[in-house]
Amino acid sequence: MNPEFLVISLLNGVSYGLLLFMLSSGLTLIFSMMGVLNFAHTSFYMLGAYFAYSISKAVGFWPALFVAPLLVGALGAVFERYSLRRVHKFGHVPELLVTFGLSYLVLELVQLVWGRSTVPYGLPTQLQGPLFTLYGTQFPKSRSFIMLVALLMLLSVWLLLTRTRIGLVIQAALKHPDMVEALGHNVPRVFMLVFGGGAALAGLAGVIGGNTYITEPAMAASVGSIVFVVVVVGGMGSLAGAFLASLLIGLLQTFAVALDWSLAGGLRSLGMAVTDQTFGYPLLKLTISQVAPILPYLLLVLMLIFRPKGLLGTRED
Amino acid sequence: MHAPSTHYRFQPLNIGRFVLWSLFALALAVAPLLFTSSLALTMLSQIGYLIIICLSYNILLGQGGMLSFGHAVYTGLGSFIAVHAMNMAARQGGLQVPLVLIPAVGGLAGLVFAAVLGFVTTRKSGTTFAMITLGIGELVASMALMFPEFFGGEGGITSDRVYGAKFLGLDFGPQIQVYYLIAVYCFVCTGLMFAFTGTPLGRMLNAVRDNPERVEFIGYNTQRVRYFSFIIAGFFAGVGGGLAAINFEIVTAADSVSVLRSGGYLLFTFLGGATFFFGPMIGAVLLVFASVLLSELTKAWLLYLGLAFLVMVMYAPGGIASLVMMNLRVLRFGRFKPLLPGYAALLVGALVALAGAAAVIEMLYHVQLNAALGPELPFLGLTLHVDRAMSWVGAVLVLAVGLALLEAARRRFMLRWSAAQEAIEHQLRMKESA
Repeated sequence: MNPEFLVISLLNGVSYGLLLFMLSSGLTLIFSMMGVLNFAHTSFYMLGAYFAYSISKAVGFWPALFVAPLLVGALGAVFERYSLRRVHKFGHVPELLVTFGLSYLVLELVQLVWGRSTVPYGLPTQLQGPLFTLYGTQFPKSRSFIMLVALLMLLSVWLLLTRTRIGLVIQAALKHPDMVEALGHNVPRVFMLVFGGGAALAGLAGVIGGNTYITEPAMAASVGSIVFVVVVVGGMGSLAGAFLASLLIGLLQTFAVALDWSLAGGLRSLGMAVTDQTFGYPLLKLTISQVAPILPYLLLVLMLIFRPKGLLGTRED
Repeated sequence: MHAPSTHYRFQPLNIGRFVLWSLFALALAVAPLLFTSSLALTMLSQIGYLIIICLSYNILLGQGGMLSFGHAVYTGLGSFIAVHAMNMAARQGGLQVPLVLIPAVGGLAGLVFAAVLGFVTTRKSGTTFAMITLGIGELVASMALMFPEFFGGEGGITSDRVYGAKFLGLDFGPQIQVYYLIAVYCFVCTGLMFAFTGTPLGRMLNAVRDNPERVEFIGYNTQRVRYFSFIIAGFFAGVGGGLAAINFEIVTAADSVSVLRSGGYLLFTFLGGATFFFGPMIGAVLLVFASVLLSELTKAWLLYLGLAFLVMVMYAPGGIASLVMMNLRVLRFGRFKPLLPGYAALLVGALVALAGAAAVIEMLYHVQLNAALGPELPFLGLTLHVDRAMSWVGAVLVLAVGLALLEAARRRFMLRWSAAQEAIEHQLRMKESA
């Protein structure tokens, strides 16, 4: 492994991990506040990308960067107000189901409006090209822009939660919603704001993730399960845990897809004869890049066996 | 000894249990005689094994409160083991499992995989359980594509169900014989799963769903109750998967173990009704009708399905089964008649709204997918023109009128409905005090 590969993969992994964090932070915030596992969270991510595509065609990318997340956030708030709040009284499972139904619906609507194939959502000219060249390999501006936006978002969410009045109310409503309500705050409205805010964060991730990676109807499903893995591995409801787990999984996936080591190769270099007659050869011949898609889920299973509450979680159940 | 009833039972079911089960057996037996077309026979076969699968899913969702997003793992792996067992039996020198026992092989496979994977998933409950099953579902689905030797890659594994000695003179080549094999398994498995609801484990499962903390205090290990129930659900899921393998003679990894398929089982079990034992059976019937007939009728069927699901979760979280049972209760107390005009008004409003919504959706789909076919779209005997504003305005107008009618009807209906419920409660109290 040469230093060039190491540094570039590290940077790519961190930028992907930060994108994951933009998604998982909203999810974990919504979960710890309302107890709702928002199955449609990555649908909002997809909507963000598609909205940004349409808006940037009309008025350019930079206005879209602000308008698209706001639109997605408004949709999220409307969904919370008129749908999620209705089923709240039935318990957690119907809440989860209603978001599950929404994810179905959003997928169909997206395919209906924008078609079933990839849309050409490209980077603006300012973000095209490499930011710097390291050992002859280029690091694209778009990835560094993701890192910048994610860090700014992290900072502003942190400031909002700890330094503002509404942030204090949100934090209080996390732990003692009844008491906060008794003190005269409109807790359902706080819930609506948090849900809308989480959706807007997912939308923002979609705006910058959609043109760096790819904008297609499958983008919600492809990242959806990974985000759930992040939330469980980091510990349910822990923002810091979600941050750690996002980076971990971002790095894990980026490094894994580039490595073609296999068990068979490892055994051969130890001097053992491994042919296609050896017992378990289909397993031995798999390279790390081939098993890359399952690594996050494997991590999830291992985490549940050895540390069920997650990296930084406090809840055992 | 006759213990006082400790759980809620619907009286008509108890009195007529024998009659109901006989009717169920009769329906399974005569259905292919009434509907003789080959399409009907295919659908009936699918309904048969999907009933088993949806009921097994409901052991988790309805009886255990465990929302699983990975049920297709157990049906799919059951299918794969079954198809390999069939191929092995057809080879010379392989283990000869007769075809009638292949579903049991699938069931055992489901049981073993549920025992292994369930050990991890059932450590948690509630939302975390849901996420972990989703993770395991993705894990197995992507693993399946990694081992083409076993899962057959993109093309899947094919098989031939006609092999070995005949069973009672049947070789299971014709679809009708396969249907009856499925029907017998369906009846037996339904009976077994119903019996499971009455066992101590089944009862404890309900308790774990309702109040796990209290169950722990009594001295039960909730994790173990969930685990054992999960294994049983896995067994029946595998039986259903094995029957599916026999029915289609092909199993593909991209479809059988996919997370999308798990989502389908969840959706339809819920639509049918998770709170009653027979709800998932309705769900299985709906699943086949939706995926075979509705998908033929319109390209937008997934959209309609998603909408129906959302409306159901929001307004009737007990599914169709609970709607049926609530109305049966009203009927039994003789208070159904005053509700009839309300139902008629609801129906009219719903139909008008549906017609408007369907017109809009179909026109959108037409614009998106069939633009090459020209602007005309036949719809309910009318011809809509997607390039003229009139069609759009008309459709939206119909939708708006329908929604307004529906909302007005719903408000009036809710008043009458709660009046009827109050009267029933009153009647029950009077009976108690008398």
